[in-house]
Amino acid sequence: MNSPIEFLDKSLAIAQMALRKLLRDPMELFSRAVQPVLWLAIFGQVFSQVRGIPIGNVSYLAYMTPGILAQSVLFAAIFYGIAVIWERDLGVIHKLLVSPCPRGALVLGKAISAGFRGLVQAVIIYLIAFAMHIHLRTDPIAVFGVLMAVLLGSAVFSTFSLIIACIVKTRERFMGIGQVLTMPLFFASNAIYPLSLMPTWLRAVANVNPLTYLVDALRMLMVEGGQGAHSLIGNFTVLGVVFAVFVVIAAKLYPTLIE
Amino acid sequence: MANAENDSRRAAGGLALETEHLTRRFGTFTAVDRVDLAVPYGGIFALLRPNGAGKSTLIKMLTTLLKPSAGTARVAGFDIVRAPAEVRRLIGYVPQLLSADGALTGFENLTLSARLYGLPRAELKQRVDEALQYMGLTDSAHQLVKSYSGGMIRRLELAQAMLHRPSILFLDEPTIGLDPVACMSVWDRLRALNQEHGMTILMTTHVMEEVDELCDAVAILHQGRLAASGSPAQLKAAVGESASMTDVFAHFGGGRIEEGGGYRDARQTRMTAKRLG
Repeated sequence: MNSPIEFLDKSLAIAQMALRKLLRDPMELFSRAVQPVLWLAIFGQVFSQVRGIPIGNVSYLAYMTPGILAQSVLFAAIFYGIAVIWERDLGVIHKLLVSPCPRGALVLGKAISAGFRGLVQAVIIYLIAFAMHIHLRTDPIAVFGVLMAVLLGSAVFSTFSLIIACIVKTRERFMGIGQVLTMPLFFASNAIYPLSLMPTWLRAVANVNPLTYLVDALRMLMVEGGQGAHSLIGNFTVLGVVFAVFVVIAAKLYPTLIE
Repeated sequence: MANAENDSRRAAGGLALETEHLTRRFGTFTAVDRVDLAVPYGGIFALLRPNGAGKSTLIKMLTTLLKPSAGTARVAGFDIVRAPAEVRRLIGYVPQLLSADGALTGFENLTLSARLYGLPRAELKQRVDEALQYMGLTDSAHQLVKSYSGGMIRRLELAQAMLHRPSILFLDEPTIGLDPVACMSVWDRLRALNQEHGMTILMTTHVMEEVDELCDAVAILHQGRLAASGSPAQLKAAVGESASMTDVFAHFGGGRIEEGGGYRDARQTRMTAKRLG
């Protein structure tokens, strides 16, 4: 049997190799910086003129920055499943699955490497916010909390993406579904407007959307005087439980990719 | 570098692999149909099949990648359904498709395998270096695999599959798409793994030269069923005087070597050939 340490070591082996590949070809990381700039510099600038959004005593730009970070995390992670479809098309997946490594460790390793991509997004957002003079909390505890939330959020959505990849199995179908999923997940959340503005049905959807809990946690940690709909611990717990459930499902489905 | 455990297994005369009515269906199509096989430890065994006849389904079941629809199999003494983790520890597998990551170096690919197999940290680097040397890849260990030639990639994949010193090595079309020189280097390594490390080798192939060159025993699949099995000499004798392996294959395999196989098979074979070319 694998002890938890051996389990984690195998996950880290997977994550480490994924990171080496990413660092050899980091183009993807930079291209992902474009979208948040557009959201903050264009959408945010215009909407900060609107005074009717009940967000309390903070500027709209500061309010939406955590939402845009959550969005970048979501967008970076939601297409991560394409990696396992590549693995399947090439055949590398056989090497992973024929090894005695627990399936859960393979899935966790991928989630960890997705987490690092998320951290890069966080750095980019902080830099953009700094350049645009958006006032954010910068005390070490808050920044550490943000990084943890980003790791966890990336892990949740990349594992979700992996589950979808295991179900649809081909690149074409996966890209289609990825496109269909991202915008609804984003709009049915509190990323750019508060839950209180939503019609009841939309609020019900937002309340089962993990992105809402990620945004809520980030908003408390990034915005000076930012208030969440839930407690910080509550948000982390929801994300943690969702992640655990996703890992179990993905570990079950992963081997079906080669059937 | 002989492996004492493998030698004692061979001496004990146990079976490396034993299947009973092993069956796999996909919907209404039966890819593998009630196959009974027994392979003793120690030899090089080939499964011959026309393209599409069960394709790699049988080997996927034996390597625990695919669950059977019916029947049972024991590999290295363990049931493939009830104890897949034990089976995985004792076997190595070189699939037909690419199993080395082109965006990593040879050294990194092997290190990843070593860690997934839980090799002790203290021995890890030494074992990886040994495997690289054994496969003649030491000089290119730190180059990206996408710069390797087809023969080098195959040898790296062999290194990956033997790193944890398995008792049984499975290979799916080990020389497909390779030029003759690369073929010879792969055959040479397989023979060495069999003789020096006592590894039992089981491979699928449709290259009759490979069978004559390497194999002690063969089984021929036809339409998912076991059509014949025995040593190459026995099978040739059964078909007729001065029969070649090709005649044997044509006789038992339904007279078709290259026919059959659908779009997916064709695509897979072409892709494999292309990346090794």
